[in-house]
Amino acid sequence: MSPGSRRALLRSRWFTVSVGGTFALLVFSVFVGFVWLPSAQNDALFKGLWNAFCGAAGVPKGWLVPTAPPPPPSHPTSAVVLTPDLDNRAADGSVGRGGTLALKCTMCHGTRGVSSADIPSLAGEGAAAVFKQLKDFQAGIRISAVMRPLVMDLSDQDMRDLSAFYASLPAPASRDLASAPDIIAVGAPMRNIPPCGACHGAMTTKLGTPGLDAQPRAYLKAQLAAFAHGTRQNDISGQMRNVARNMTEAEMDAAADYYAGIRP
Amino acid sequence: MIYNKRLVLAHFWLAFAVFGAAILLGEWQMFIRSPLHGWLRNADLYYRSVTAHGTVMGYVFPTLVAMGFGYAFSELALRQPLIGTRWAWAGFYLIIVGTLGAAIPVGLGLDSVLYTFYPPMVGHASYYIGVVLVVVGSWIWVALMGVNLYAWKRAHRGAPVPLAMFATVAGAYLWAWTAVGAALELLFQLIPVALGWSSSINAGLARVLFSWTLHAIVYFWLMPAYIAFYTIVPRAIGGRLYSDTMARISFALFLVFAMPIGIHHLFADPQVGAGFKFLHSVFTAMVSVPTLLTVFTICASVEIASRLRGGKGAFGWVKALPWDNPQMLALALSFVMLGFGGAGGLINMSYQLNSTIHNTQWVTAHFHLIFAGAIVIMYFAIAYDLWPHLTGRAMGSLRLIRTQLWLWFIGMIVLTFPWHYAGLLGMPRRMAFYDYTAPGGDTEALTVIMSVVGGAILVVSAAIFLTVLWRNHRAPQIAPEPYTFSKPVHEPANLPWALNGLGLWVGLMIALTLTNYGFPIAQLMRLHEAQVPAVYVGGKP
Repeated sequence: MSPGSRRALLRSRWFTVSVGGTFALLVFSVFVGFVWLPSAQNDALFKGLWNAFCGAAGVPKGWLVPTAPPPPPSHPTSAVVLTPDLDNRAADGSVGRGGTLALKCTMCHGTRGVSSADIPSLAGEGAAAVFKQLKDFQAGIRISAVMRPLVMDLSDQDMRDLSAFYASLPAPASRDLASAPDIIAVGAPMRNIPPCGACHGAMTTKLGTPGLDAQPRAYLKAQLAAFAHGTRQNDISGQMRNVARNMTEAEMDAAADYYAGIRP
Repeated sequence: MIYNKRLVLAHFWLAFAVFGAAILLGEWQMFIRSPLHGWLRNADLYYRSVTAHGTVMGYVFPTLVAMGFGYAFSELALRQPLIGTRWAWAGFYLIIVGTLGAAIPVGLGLDSVLYTFYPPMVGHASYYIGVVLVVVGSWIWVALMGVNLYAWKRAHRGAPVPLAMFATVAGAYLWAWTAVGAALELLFQLIPVALGWSSSINAGLARVLFSWTLHAIVYFWLMPAYIAFYTIVPRAIGGRLYSDTMARISFALFLVFAMPIGIHHLFADPQVGAGFKFLHSVFTAMVSVPTLLTVFTICASVEIASRLRGGKGAFGWVKALPWDNPQMLALALSFVMLGFGGAGGLINMSYQLNSTIHNTQWVTAHFHLIFAGAIVIMYFAIAYDLWPHLTGRAMGSLRLIRTQLWLWFIGMIVLTFPWHYAGLLGMPRRMAFYDYTAPGGDTEALTVIMSVVGGAILVVSAAIFLTVLWRNHRAPQIAPEPYTFSKPVHEPANLPWALNGLGLWVGLMIALTLTNYGFPIAQLMRLHEAQVPAVYVGGKP
């Protein structure tokens, strides 16, 4: 654009009115949204023009740092951080190493991860779920006189290898929800009970949540009771404790029957 | 005349075919979560259906209509065969490939992401890649609209650009720019995570980028309807366009104000500063200006038509309007739905009121009234107007057409008014189940049953619409009158430069986008705390 035509453009009424008007609206909105409204808040932390402006822009500031440390929990909580890589493809050789380590698990969990007693089957279980339970047994968050001594000497990598091995074994065939009881398929929304199937299998499984298909009935019932009575506390944010407390005996039976129903 | 009839027909028929399938999914969704049906055992079927319905109705259907409409109007307004026909076909096939690429994994349950791009929910990569192909196909259309206008302007130096083409290109440029937000999100965030190259995602940044596209896309859907308001309706009812200048200013203002408003979708999002939320609120309010300009101009235009037919008095002219003309009927019904939908929209854009209705059925009601109501009824009107020129055959029973339009209007009101109420009662949207056993739940149950009835009326209307178009292909051949656009009261002999091209308005559109989005995007890009683990829905890499 030549200097002459640029000058003509800048002098054009269409240009000055449209650009000037839009700019004026922008400045007015910025003044109201970033200066006036935040300043009108009677909040000691946001006093001062610059603070108000930064707060309205969403800039994280030091004033949001808590001054007091968080209160310590009344009981130990799980320290496992679930990340998607826990469920991703296992590292080279991980399954093989896990298989070797699993030799000392076979007495209870079966040679191929399928137990014939009232012990959980681990074949096809999500790697993150197995890893979390191992970590919690080791830290004493989930209490078991049998499991504790067996996991004490396992390293972090050992537990990842074991998880990868069990995840690699064939999972039991899942079913659709046509025959599932209400508690599995839809939960009980008015009592804050989500459908079991939304996390534990049939609809989908969530990261770190064990699939329950083909688990022993007695084991499922015992765990639901442990959550309901608060004697098992390694669920994240107390989620299962809140669910189990609200379940009726009949619902617990229905859930346990459904998941144990396809036990081989 | 339309030189590339097959091209236009291909776009329209594909659009209406997918529309016909998607509306069945919509009605099914209403039915299975109503008290008329027992709870669905597999909730994922519902979410698959929502994803498919939303993807087709939100992305594929309006894009194809805008493209077919744009190709037709480019040839009709410029009176020259489309330049780049082969490219246009390439764009069409890209959309088919993209739609199939997205639809198949949705059907398989790998992408129940509810037609949105809201991480950390991440679906199968082919869904996102399919949507990208649809967008790329439409960008070819954008380029062709620009190229055709440029070629015409070179051959007709200084001549006023026909209003229909001015508006069509405005719509194309708006789409090109607004699609950039979602494209950035898809290409740099969602697709890499969906392919398993990364396991975490900056959810705050992704949501801001999606909001760039999220609301302005409505104005892209709206453009063909508004173009029909200005260039089809006054002519079809025997009137004149009240003001050509007002029309051009309206389209220019849409271009400027449609873009810098998307963050009002993130009022509840903690990662965006309150100041920017207010800023976007203000600009969202500004969108009402071109809408009100349009309502005024079109009402004045139809009044002219009425007075030419002998309409008299301050309000008596309303009676003298040609109400049996489908274009008149579609316009009136569209305006009523636009009025109710727009009133709801003013509540949504309000920083305070939004929190009451955020993510409830209210929102579903609002966008169905605006898009499925006010806009889609004009898509029907456009098809009825263009079809005889595309097929060279007479349009059959006007009574059937009027019935179809009335059914669409009634169905949409019966569908959406109870939804608004359900939203005020706090009923969440996008839920496979509602629990009707709660105290007061019977009120919610009634609203959902009413919506099922409304949806059923809409299905009947859609079936009649498709039947009318299909029957036209078998109707007696005619030689249609040459296609014309509405004549303004004052024909523009020469136009100011700002209203004969889009440079100024595109410049303002980009500048405002940068002021309203630049800082939040830059800030979130640097905020590594915003990285969260992806939650894979259905398909895992």
